[in-house]
Amino acid sequence: MTKFLEVINLVKHFPGVKANDGVNLTVHAGEVHSILGENGAGKSTLMKLIYGLYQPDSGEIRLDGKPVHFSSPRDAIRAGIGMVHQHFMLIPALTVTDNIVLGDEPGGIRYHRSEAEARVRALSEQYRLHVDPTARVEQLSVGLQQRVEILKALYRKAKLLILDEPTALLTPQETEELFAVVKHLKEQGIPVVFISHKLDEVRAIADTITVMRAGKTVQTLPIGDATPQQLANLMVGREVVLRIDKQPANPSGVVLNVENLHVVNSARQEKVRGVSMQVRAGEIFGLAGIDGNGQTELVDAIAGLLPVAGGRIHFQDQDITHLSTAERTARGIAYVPQDRQLDGLVLDFTLTENAILRDFHKHPFSKFGVMFSQPAKAYAEKLIHLFDVRPKDITRKAGDLSGGNQQKVILAREVSREPQLLIAVQPTRGLDVGAIEGIHRQLLRLRDEGKAILLVSLELDEILSLSDRIGVLHGGRLVGVVPGETATREQLGLMMTGMSQEQATKEGTTS
Amino acid sequence: MKSILRQLSTPVIAAVLAMLVGGIVAAAIGYNPLQVYGSLLSGAFGNAYNLGNTLAIATPLILIGLGIAVAFRAGLFNIGAEGQYWVAVMCAAWTGYHFTTLPGWLHIILCLLVAMVAGGLWAGIIPGLAKTYRGAHEVITTMMMSYIGILLCKYMIEEGPMRKPGSMPESEAVAQNTWLPVLSPSSPQLTIGLFIAIAAVIVVWFILFHTTIGFQLRTVGLNPRAARYAGIRVTWYTILALGLSGMLAGLAGGVQLLAMDHRLAEGFNTGYGYTGIVVSLLARNNPFGVIVSAIFFAALSTGGQNMQQVTNIPASLTDVLTGLIIFFVAAERLLPQVIQWYRRRTSRVRTSTAGEGPKSA
Repeated sequence: MTKFLEVINLVKHFPGVKANDGVNLTVHAGEVHSILGENGAGKSTLMKLIYGLYQPDSGEIRLDGKPVHFSSPRDAIRAGIGMVHQHFMLIPALTVTDNIVLGDEPGGIRYHRSEAEARVRALSEQYRLHVDPTARVEQLSVGLQQRVEILKALYRKAKLLILDEPTALLTPQETEELFAVVKHLKEQGIPVVFISHKLDEVRAIADTITVMRAGKTVQTLPIGDATPQQLANLMVGREVVLRIDKQPANPSGVVLNVENLHVVNSARQEKVRGVSMQVRAGEIFGLAGIDGNGQTELVDAIAGLLPVAGGRIHFQDQDITHLSTAERTARGIAYVPQDRQLDGLVLDFTLTENAILRDFHKHPFSKFGVMFSQPAKAYAEKLIHLFDVRPKDITRKAGDLSGGNQQKVILAREVSREPQLLIAVQPTRGLDVGAIEGIHRQLLRLRDEGKAILLVSLELDEILSLSDRIGVLHGGRLVGVVPGETATREQLGLMMTGMSQEQATKEGTTS
Repeated sequence: MKSILRQLSTPVIAAVLAMLVGGIVAAAIGYNPLQVYGSLLSGAFGNAYNLGNTLAIATPLILIGLGIAVAFRAGLFNIGAEGQYWVAVMCAAWTGYHFTTLPGWLHIILCLLVAMVAGGLWAGIIPGLAKTYRGAHEVITTMMMSYIGILLCKYMIEEGPMRKPGSMPESEAVAQNTWLPVLSPSSPQLTIGLFIAIAAVIVVWFILFHTTIGFQLRTVGLNPRAARYAGIRVTWYTILALGLSGMLAGLAGGVQLLAMDHRLAEGFNTGYGYTGIVVSLLARNNPFGVIVSAIFFAALSTGGQNMQQVTNIPASLTDVLTGLIIFFVAAERLLPQVIQWYRRRTSRVRTSTAGEGPKSA
């Protein structure tokens, strides 16, 4: 096989950080090459160097054997490198075609839309990326939007495609479809660089895997040689426990009882339409569903951040339907919100201030409205040591921390409040294997201590490996509740599209 | 220590850059920059009288700037301090020429309290409630309330009930025993009002950084969503922040009334409410920074008058300086971008010449 892309001893320093420190990578023509690594391992920096967003301090990038210097993505695109970012760069109000040809439209001053549409159609036929060229992007699902991004790169005659964490926002079915697309691209001779921190996916799609850790490429190995355990150890640099052993749950009384709940969001759409469910002490209740099916509104209503339009919420046998957030917090509801930067933290506050964000008015942090800094500092020190937050410096601002460490700060704060109910929404989103393991352990520890846990996640694997019971939301309704032990990916995936529990079980076993 | 230095660097660099560019402007229109700044300095700080004058002008600027900084900390723009100040003066003046049987110290406290309540209500009630319940932007409402307040004061002394019989549109003078004591006979303008302002700075600093009220206020200012999540009543703290801000503008009016003007009159000192915004901006909303920043702008004002008298340079050159300072402070975010652009450019030059010689890194 010919070497298509070669990266030789690439180094990129940022003030105080060696983001890439001697990276070597060879991508052959016609292969799917996966870059596997934890967050902060330097994957994104490497891709940005290849894509011309950053310039290397030293080292060399070769394309087809010739050294290249890209001073901007424009140069990289011209050389045939296409990249699909984790967050799409599309204009929602424009059509698929407009988005794809934007900046490179056929025709001179006049834009030949029909010709553009014909080209897009031909392109999507050729690569089997079916999408309606005349549809508006805002009407497309996330999976289809990703196709538009891929088409955008192919339209610019990409000879190499870089996909940055492409499955982060997809449903299991959409992920399958993406994998089919990637395989087809490979057959057409376009090598794909697939960046991920999910072991299963990498093993399902890649031909070759390069593992990165702490800015260095640790090892490149063909897929046949790699076991998940070996890959995880390479990524983290130590032995990792992949499958968490959990004791059977020992649930007792009902802690949270939601009855026929209706919630209307701030845009006046009814997002929760009559949900009834119970979460018991000593169990993890997993809530699965495709993003936007009412999960956020449901938990916001339970936490008191959204008003209840109908129905009742009982917590420890008391009606809390109309209590304020502060009162619910005081009664023992802890909440790890979905968006850690927007809701969970004040990024311009120090770790100390963030550690007491929900308890600042309590003893010993304050008395008669006067705050005392010493107890707060001591408490923050305790939290960051217990949860291994890095850097271990309580005077740092939360915004200076990596995503994983920010999440640790929130989890540390919420767990240490000794709650009776912990609501955790996407607690491991964007985190690496090592951090996920730690957070899952914490959740199970709380469960075994007899707390009730409501876990909302878009990751089916997370739901499946942790939950004792799993509820599936679709269109604001609870489609069904299945026991965690017997649930399968297929069954849940079908229920997430609105299929009833019985039908999904049948379909899941026959297919 | 490092963070304090970093906090200081931007405003100091902004002020220095503004002085430099101002000097170039002065030279360009034919004046000697050294003479300009020399007369400015001596006019502001040259002798006890001038220094007292500068500090006297700084006093209301400290209080107003402090108030605006409090609002900024809560993420709110109180643009209407001028009106809050006037309404406070009006109410305090009325209190000052009534209740004349009270002992002086009690009467002073009463006047100042009335001023604070008046300013606080003017900022907190309509703009605060309109913001929290109808989402009306406080920039618009505080500004509109400001005009209403100023015109209300004018009406009161021109045709309204507060007009003193006589040819001048002005109110009765406040009782003599409420006049704030002068600190030193050599600077008759300077009263204990300065200490009131400094005390207010300390109190506000304590509230902002050492009380739960301040913690909640700052949380709301930095991230209202996280504040809601933390169980903070965002609406109440919005009203409170605007109210506190107005109270401080009101206190400025009260102190100024008792220290200098002693009555509500046409041409009562104007413009403090607007300069206060710049004071707070240059101080980057730091309570102690407000003191330095207020003295700086007061010095520009007193020094500018002296400059005009001594050197015939128009005092409006100081307005140019003020404008330049605002530009450079506001350009704070611009500077790193310029530096980044420059770095990118040099790195591009470097990569394209790489291999031709050793790098200069």
